[in-house]
Amino acid sequence: MPDTNSNSEAGGIPQFGIPEISIPPISRRRRVTDHVMTGVAVLTVALVLLPLFAIFAYLVYKGIGSINLAFLTQTPKPVGEPGGGMANAIVGSMVILSIASLLGVPLGIGAGIFLSEYGRNRYGDIVRFVSDVLNGVPSIVIGIVAYGLVVMRQKHFSALAGGVALAIMMIPTIARTTEQMLLLVPQAIREAAYGLGVSRWRTTLSITLRTATSGVITGVMLAFARVAGETAPLLFTAFGNQFWNWKTDQPTAALSLQIFTYAISPFDEWHRQAWAGALVLIVLIVSAVAAVRIAVKHGTLAGA
Amino acid sequence: MGVGITVERLNAFYGKTQALFDVNITVQANHATALIGPSGCGKSTFIRCLNRMHETIPEARVEGKVVIGDLSVYNGTSATQLRRRVGMVFQKPNPFPTMSIYDNVAAGLKLNGFRNRKQLDEVVHKSLHSSALWDEVKDHLHKKSGASLSGGQQQRLCIARALAVQPEVLLMDEPCSALDPISTGKIEELIFQLKEQYTIVIVTHNMQQAARVAEFTGFFLLGKMIEFDKTEKIFTNPSDKRTEDYVTGRFG
Amino acid sequence: MSNQALPRPRFNAPEPERESKAALKIEARTAPLLQGKVSEIPDAVFGWAMRLCGLAVVALLGLIVYQLILGSQLSWHAFGWKFFGQSDWNPVEDSYGALPFMYGTIVSSLLSLVIAVPLSIGVAVFITEMCPVGLRGILSFTTELLAAIPSVVYGLWAIFVLVPILREYVQPFLGKTLGWTGLFTGPPYGIGMLAAGVILAIMIIPIISSITREVLTVVPQHQREAVLALGATRWEMIRMGVLRNARAGIVGAIILGLGRALGETMAVTMVIGNRPEIAKSLFAPGYTMASVLANEFTEATGDLYLSALIEIGLALFFVTIVVNALARLMVWSVTRGQPARSLA
Repeated sequence: MPDTNSNSEAGGIPQFGIPEISIPPISRRRRVTDHVMTGVAVLTVALVLLPLFAIFAYLVYKGIGSINLAFLTQTPKPVGEPGGGMANAIVGSMVILSIASLLGVPLGIGAGIFLSEYGRNRYGDIVRFVSDVLNGVPSIVIGIVAYGLVVMRQKHFSALAGGVALAIMMIPTIARTTEQMLLLVPQAIREAAYGLGVSRWRTTLSITLRTATSGVITGVMLAFARVAGETAPLLFTAFGNQFWNWKTDQPTAALSLQIFTYAISPFDEWHRQAWAGALVLIVLIVSAVAAVRIAVKHGTLAGA
Repeated sequence: MGVGITVERLNAFYGKTQALFDVNITVQANHATALIGPSGCGKSTFIRCLNRMHETIPEARVEGKVVIGDLSVYNGTSATQLRRRVGMVFQKPNPFPTMSIYDNVAAGLKLNGFRNRKQLDEVVHKSLHSSALWDEVKDHLHKKSGASLSGGQQQRLCIARALAVQPEVLLMDEPCSALDPISTGKIEELIFQLKEQYTIVIVTHNMQQAARVAEFTGFFLLGKMIEFDKTEKIFTNPSDKRTEDYVTGRFG
Repeated sequence: MSNQALPRPRFNAPEPERESKAALKIEARTAPLLQGKVSEIPDAVFGWAMRLCGLAVVALLGLIVYQLILGSQLSWHAFGWKFFGQSDWNPVEDSYGALPFMYGTIVSSLLSLVIAVPLSIGVAVFITEMCPVGLRGILSFTTELLAAIPSVVYGLWAIFVLVPILREYVQPFLGKTLGWTGLFTGPPYGIGMLAAGVILAIMIIPIISSITREVLTVVPQHQREAVLALGATRWEMIRMGVLRNARAGIVGAIILGLGRALGETMAVTMVIGNRPEIAKSLFAPGYTMASVLANEFTEATGDLYLSALIEIGLALFFVTIVVNALARLMVWSVTRGQPARSLA
């Protein structure tokens, strides 16, 4: 029978034999620590965002003044002479990136299709693992490989070699994102196509891939944006060029290479142009990604 | 006109598990045949064996003989070719989300290389009429995606899509189970009319539905076909006790 | 039948509700438009083409390994394991030792981790645990933006903005206060190991932070609630309920960041000073494996020189592979193989 505790009986209800514990409020120290840590976290965010804004601010501040028509349409002038531009580098980058995309995108998407439609097994696991390993290889090492594969064989630097190096970098990224996008397509959609008597290859391309299109394109653009800014693999493949070059088997200028060469040079004039080049590079990458995004949205049906 | 289906000693497996045991059935042309039974009894597996959709599951296997019209399903033809003569409507409506209504209906033809615009227009028109969807979508055939319709409309779109290929047999795997009663009513009405032109096999867990639309009914239990007879007999005077128990609601 | 309890269903079920029969006009079935035989060949061809693409990925890795081993043969035969123990890099006398570069790579990467890890975890914790929901998207987007900046642009900014700051303010300050440690001695050039470490840190923060964020989000809500229910403050909850659970994943994120730092080339090359020497002070110039490749590969006169460089490339390849594999294993063990975002 409950009863007989010397402690109070709240409202006539007998209390059990529980000694009264007074729980102190949260100690001041703990509360202060909590606030301090919150402050620390906010500080880290500020410290991380600071360089981001600083970089963009400097890019615009130092680069915008130097971007003019001459910069965009002329080739570099000899050392010491003011003026000149990076036109050949801009075009060169586009050529190299086109070659890289032509080689890398179909192979990457094909590997992605393999992984999602034909690779839900041991073989697929091996390809998946290798793909992730490839993603981690430093870009300069890929440059060495492309050098051995293309430059040594052809006995000269070329846009092709640069394109090959960049393609090797694009393939694993595109393969994995394509696989993930295709896996998101519900099996019911594939079954609907099979049920109509559509062959497997047609179903995979025209139904499964078509349904995943916007995701696949996003993956491709991500890979593209990543390699568009790469410099290291181009150092000994495309090599760079101070003049116009339209042949894919000669050393070719690239925007990132040009920025590098100018930045480490001792000439102020070239430093100025390096900033301009960097700004152009970022603008081009962002525009390319945005343009593709808009095109994809435009081609999608209402309610799809 | 539709064709009849003959199934002899059909056994189906998922890997090592056997799902169907020696099923024998003769489905009459131009009639609707319903397949009923509790969950997991194998009726969906059975219907998917008729158009070889069962094979799309890894490690799935079939033994036995299925003949549709003049075609031996398992060693007379490729699965792709078979499925052009046997259409399927699935439990959950699955229109192609990135295609317009028009393209959805025409998909079976377009994806097989058929390009003649005029004939496609005609086929789409007729199919949408046959599935009682034409009036509701005729103004946005090309503008709206297949996935933008309501559930009942999507299912009728899927029926139109299946009909566009002009199959002889229409297999329906619980076509109304994901739909509201009004859409269900519309589709049952459709089936009632369609069976004059096509042979229909419909899987349903709703006995009243089977009673409403089908002339013949088969009762499945644990992978075996227990009884197959005229619908009227199955529901009023079944031969097998198990059928009676199910039909009177003792289990399932 | 023994039990008459349940009545039979009425069979004479009402006919389905019909609108006027004329409204439903089923078109007559016509002959199918699709005649002709279906060939199995296109399916087979397509299947093999896709498998070939998958094979190409594996072949690519094999190709990389093959090229690297082939190219480094000369140097390997000439120096053997001593290559990695010697610190004498002398192209004139054709004597090569890779120790300074390995030292430089390790030190710059470790330094970058020391700076980046607390910052990354701080950002990740803030975004997942402390930040108001509306800000979350913007903050994570902006940190991802850091990852999108090309390496050469980082290097450019580092040369003209970071290095002067280090030279004018940071290095003198460090030299005065912490010079006794021996790590911050020598003339404040600006250029050197410290600059490399800082710029590397900025570059790897996005990757450590985003993986950490994923790992923190995966911690189940009930873990947080359990700690809070005991009367903990928010920071205590984060420390005990979240970070502790996500430990393995965070370590994985850090190692992934390390993997990225090891292979980073351009930004480091532009600010590290490119001197193949081993020095204790962080103010001193140094050289990394990736940098020497970037600088000297096209200048390499002579087969042994080139081969030595390729051997450095092989070592770099090997190290980054192992580090990355280890990292992914740890992250996977926490997120259980949920599809990882593309770790560009």
